[in-house]
Amino acid sequence: MTIHQSIPGEDAKPAYNYAYLDEQTKRMIRRALLKAVAVPGYQVPFGSREMPLARGWGTGGIQITAAIIGPDDKLKVIDQGADDTTNAVSIRRFFERTADATTTEATEEATIIQTRHRIPEAPLTTGQIMVYQVPQPEPLRKLEPRELETRKMHAWAEYGLMQVKLYENIARFGEVTTTYDYPVSVNGRYVMAPSPIPKFDNPKMHMSPALQLFGAGREKRIYAVPPHTSVKSLDFDDHPFRIQSWTEPCGLCGAKDSYLDEVVLDDLGNRMFVCSDSHHCETRRDQGHRGPMLGDASTLHLVDEAKS
Amino acid sequence: MYVAVKGGEAAILATHDLVAEARRGNEAVPELAVAQIREQMGLACARVMNEGSLYDPDLAALALKQSQGDAIEAAFLMRAYRTTLPRFGSSEPVDTAKMAIRRRVSATFKDLPGGQVLGPTYDYTHRLFDFALMDEASAPAAPNGARPSAQPLDASMPRVPDILGAEGLMEPETPPEGDPRPFDLTREPVSFPADRDVRLQAMARGDEGFMLGLGYSVQRGYGHSHPFVGEVRVGEVSVEFVPEELGFAVDLGEITLTECQMVNQFAGSKDVPPQFTRGYGLCFGHSERKAMSMSLVDRALKARDFGEATEYPAQQDEFVLYHSDNVEAAGFVEHLKLPHYVDFQGELELIRRIRKEREERLARETQALPEAAE
Amino acid sequence: MQVTISPGFSDPVFQSQAAFRALLNALAEPGLVQQVAPGFAAPEGLEPATAIALLTLADYETPIWLPPALRDGPAGAWLRFHCGAALVDEPAQASFAVIDGMTSSPLLADFNPGTDQFPDRSTTVLVQCAALGGGDSVTLSGPGIAGSREIAPTGLRPGFWAELTENAELYPLGIDVILSHGEAVIGLPRSTQIVETR
Repeated sequence: MTIHQSIPGEDAKPAYNYAYLDEQTKRMIRRALLKAVAVPGYQVPFGSREMPLARGWGTGGIQITAAIIGPDDKLKVIDQGADDTTNAVSIRRFFERTADATTTEATEEATIIQTRHRIPEAPLTTGQIMVYQVPQPEPLRKLEPRELETRKMHAWAEYGLMQVKLYENIARFGEVTTTYDYPVSVNGRYVMAPSPIPKFDNPKMHMSPALQLFGAGREKRIYAVPPHTSVKSLDFDDHPFRIQSWTEPCGLCGAKDSYLDEVVLDDLGNRMFVCSDSHHCETRRDQGHRGPMLGDASTLHLVDEAKS
Repeated sequence: MYVAVKGGEAAILATHDLVAEARRGNEAVPELAVAQIREQMGLACARVMNEGSLYDPDLAALALKQSQGDAIEAAFLMRAYRTTLPRFGSSEPVDTAKMAIRRRVSATFKDLPGGQVLGPTYDYTHRLFDFALMDEASAPAAPNGARPSAQPLDASMPRVPDILGAEGLMEPETPPEGDPRPFDLTREPVSFPADRDVRLQAMARGDEGFMLGLGYSVQRGYGHSHPFVGEVRVGEVSVEFVPEELGFAVDLGEITLTECQMVNQFAGSKDVPPQFTRGYGLCFGHSERKAMSMSLVDRALKARDFGEATEYPAQQDEFVLYHSDNVEAAGFVEHLKLPHYVDFQGELELIRRIRKEREERLARETQALPEAAE
Repeated sequence: MQVTISPGFSDPVFQSQAAFRALLNALAEPGLVQQVAPGFAAPEGLEPATAIALLTLADYETPIWLPPALRDGPAGAWLRFHCGAALVDEPAQASFAVIDGMTSSPLLADFNPGTDQFPDRSTTVLVQCAALGGGDSVTLSGPGIAGSREIAPTGLRPGFWAELTENAELYPLGIDVILSHGEAVIGLPRSTQIVETR
């Protein structure tokens, strides 16, 4: 038989520390966060730990949240804008279990919002912290695979290669064809990967009153954008940056200005568009906004008609 | 009032039940004991210990049981547990020259002090099924009557590179200036170019298949090396630790290690007379294939130090170190099954619009050239 | 000489978490006063906010520079004991440093500004001053500040703001400063511009 037991602390305390990480690891991450905030957009290397969730599944964001969260916080976790996507549910459970975290789906109530691929539609406010899960922190990686080289390019602000790549896009397709993880320049110095948020969300980063923290666990980098900091999407005078737009509104709440997901309804080409930010959509419906397909949506099991 | 349908949490809990059921399989078949896996799947346990960076055969066996034999999933379990363990300090360096040898072969000398010791190896088995193993209470442990313990091994088994080294023919291995504490890649971020301590650590926990493929690529010409197995040795070494409060070494116990030292040619330079160069591999448990692959790639990664070209993957430290970690690689490859519909919607919007604009442009051009064909 | 070492955190997990959030806010919103150390008893020579900041952030991986008088007194012993941190003689070797706002040396430029490839490897300097308000007003701008923000700390040496201006010119290199007095701090990261001093 195995003799292994989890090592019990004095008087049978739980085997794991508050928020899973040990205090030395939290200190290391906290130091990296402070340097990240002091040099907006610069990627600070950190001693990313093995986590009990898979690399590439949000371990960078989880480590940041674990290093900052406290008993006064309210945590919101979203994936693709929604609180109920499986990985968001899994990460929220992780913090409920390890940090006894108070969680919420309401954007305006949250003090920490951990996200993958979206920024909520509701404007963020002072005192809120966004924690982005980042798969590839290096915006230049697809142009130059070697870290040794990209580090020099950042050191000397040599971003010509990125401009060339974007311009080649325009020459070929008439516009920049990057639709997500669209590179930005932060505080006029570092080119930064905003994580794979749709470029629709890029303007929300600029001069945001919230503190934005980025964690890449597998690639072992942390970076940050402090509140009220310039975040400019790279573009050209003759081809200004523009965001996605849809010709139809959200089928459930009728919103015309939110990012929409496409839902395929059948194999005859019928589809509907719904807000990717599930909380935003619910809030609007509660306020009485009705989209053209709300009636059909309950038969499609996208929403339930509440019994009340 | 409408609320969005939320099934995420229930669905996740259901997957936990389903995977537990799948792990157990048919309940009419007796459950595997961890000790059975440890004793009878020792090579799988060794792989899990290497890639999980934790020497603990019991936990490796448990990890294999829990993961239905998925070596990468098992290594992941080991690592996630390892990272929570308190650290008491670092052991003294182990001395493989003092290894209690079970197997030791050299391809460079016909005979040498201590001799060639074949030990437990599949090398000369014919890969024919032993159908007797289908029967649980069957085969005698030593069907051919070998009694290894009857022949005590030579107490002195010098390592082959040491023999060459005494003649000055082998590249000496000297610790870096000041003999600093080795880097710990599980605690600190790696920067490049990576030093040898970092490279060896990364390879020791690297995926066996990936290291094998890279090592093979070096042999086939994607790299310039002419390797000989100076020696492969397998056996037990004792691990010693010096507690701060005692000030002298305490024996913590034995671990099984496999060490491979590959001897490679090197032409020398103006400053260095011609000498052989070394590729080194060291792994937990009996892990010969891994140790040999590692030693091939170790030598290939020394290319820069010897002023050789570094044009092939096995010679590039960034390439090898960033891609050999199978827990990281598996995580990132498998994350592609997470929802990406927000990004995909961005792509859909773009491709539809570009195609529409193109069609409109073509239509305008066709109108502008009426009856051109007539 | 017998040195008595005063206690550190009574509740390390939550006290350090709260202190860290205050420090994070301090550097994310430069110029705003942040309370980090309610009711904390610091060893002689360290402001409570300085002591808490070091207890929260420093350990055996982060060498600390202290003025010699502090290093050889209770403060040095306290940091060695509670943080396990090495106390170094050379300002440029320090990850963290504590200086008195009024003493003339070391200069901010004596600390480590990081390297162009690793600007994060710079010293964070805790400057202990007489008060965080009541002095001459200084106007700041930069990341973390909507428009501009005024601060008026007291007890900083002549030329301090000129040093900080020079430091900001090194951006993205440079040290990060935390002004500390009593239980509170003001963050002045290298990204902050000194617009005007009066």
